[in-house]
Amino acid sequence: MSSAYRRLFLLLAVLSMSACSMEPWVKPYERDRLADPIMAFDRDPVSSAYIDHVREAREGARGATGSGGGGCGCN
Amino acid sequence: MQPAAAEVVVVVTSPRAAITQRSMSIGRGSGRLAVLAGLWLVSLVSIAAVLPEDRADGLYHYYNGGGIQIDGPSLLVRKKVANNVSVSANYYVDNISSASIDVVTTASKYEEKRTQMSLGIDYLHDDTIMSASFTTSDENDYAADTMNFSISQEVFSGLTTITMGYGRGSDVVTRRGDNVFSEDVDRRAYRLGLSQVITRNLLVGFFYETITDEGFLNNPYRTVRYIDSNPGNLLGYAYEPEVYPGTRTSNAGSVRARYHLPYRAAVYGSYRYYTDTWDISAHTAEVGYTHTLGDPWVFDFSLRYYTQTKAEFYSDLFPFQQAQNFLARDKEMSTFSNNAVRLGVSYDLIRDGWSFIDRGSINLIYERIMFNYDDFRDLRGTAPVGEEPLYGFDADVIQLFFSIWF
Repeated sequence: MSSAYRRLFLLLAVLSMSACSMEPWVKPYERDRLADPIMAFDRDPVSSAYIDHVREAREGARGATGSGGGGCGCN
Repeated sequence: MQPAAAEVVVVVTSPRAAITQRSMSIGRGSGRLAVLAGLWLVSLVSIAAVLPEDRADGLYHYYNGGGIQIDGPSLLVRKKVANNVSVSANYYVDNISSASIDVVTTASKYEEKRTQMSLGIDYLHDDTIMSASFTTSDENDYAADTMNFSISQEVFSGLTTITMGYGRGSDVVTRRGDNVFSEDVDRRAYRLGLSQVITRNLLVGFFYETITDEGFLNNPYRTVRYIDSNPGNLLGYAYEPEVYPGTRTSNAGSVRARYHLPYRAAVYGSYRYYTDTWDISAHTAEVGYTHTLGDPWVFDFSLRYYTQTKAEFYSDLFPFQQAQNFLARDKEMSTFSNNAVRLGVSYDLIRDGWSFIDRGSINLIYERIMFNYDDFRDLRGTAPVGEEPLYGFDADVIQLFFSIWF
């Protein structure tokens, strides 16, 4: 490995490590509001799965709903 | 293929537990590459994710609209069986009574039952959750088996969760009263998700999904209509079977956000763009507001708008028989839009624990969906061919469910 590549690799490694180990801009003790159940994207999976099914059976679009799997396997 | 469990967003959906389990500290590295690499790896794995909570839900669902009535139960149970393994099971039934516009104009009313069962497992390893689920759905003329796999990883001190998923489905299409007819469908789904903490009040999620279908993709009962100038045909039109392409690939991308207000309430919104190889493109937008009243009450209000363009081979009225290779008159393939209004209320029945139950709630959700079709006509009345009124209907969707956490 040439010196230039080694420096580049070193730089990328430092940047990568610093990104992953950086101080979070929202500290754990600041996440109380995010932890509130009303902030959940999918508060009740049994309900969201049902309504996804209702929509998918009646609309042409499908997917990217954020839940585990799209499609109902039905026509 | 219904999801058996929440997967990607588990960290975001249960951050209260996540906060208590995350280790935020990590040392600074030296200049040596090996040490840097080691620390980089440690930085990736030192923040623990959490499994979903142990929970059971019993739901009754009811849909009534456009001549179709569907109801039934859905039972979902999730339980940790070890410190790092959670399993889930779902039993779901649709009891269908259909006298839809298609049925009224071209067939006769029917009733049928669809039963679906799912099993899922989630395995937690440090900040990684690996999930697998199997779903089987069965009705008298359609059977579907689906496998889903996903892996989600927390990075950036738990502020970001990245998820990749893959699904594989295998369907068998049959036809009532026809013992010979049997066709297959092969489905594959590829998913990518990213959940991001932006501020102490704001969460954002990005999702992308590609789905490919191959096989018999149309409904074996449905027909298209074409102009029939035969003097013996008083209607002025006749029907022939639909013919769909044997493949379909779709791409959908969405963004969602939730913002916690200064008091205990939240506003949220989402947008999705969809496009596929059948030339359908669609936009979906939703905004909502969640309000709490004391500890036990949660109220939810949302508005949703959906619009799509028609498939390239769709027509309400073809000019003559076999006018083109592919033919569709399924209203889900037409140009249409719908608006939905949703109201939900949740009440915590059990807040301080009772027997083995930590918490319990009762929930009621009502949604009204108003469909308006731009190029699908209502043939129930009498009107000149091609000048019938455009079709539209309203649907009522009700969910009543009990949830317990244990």
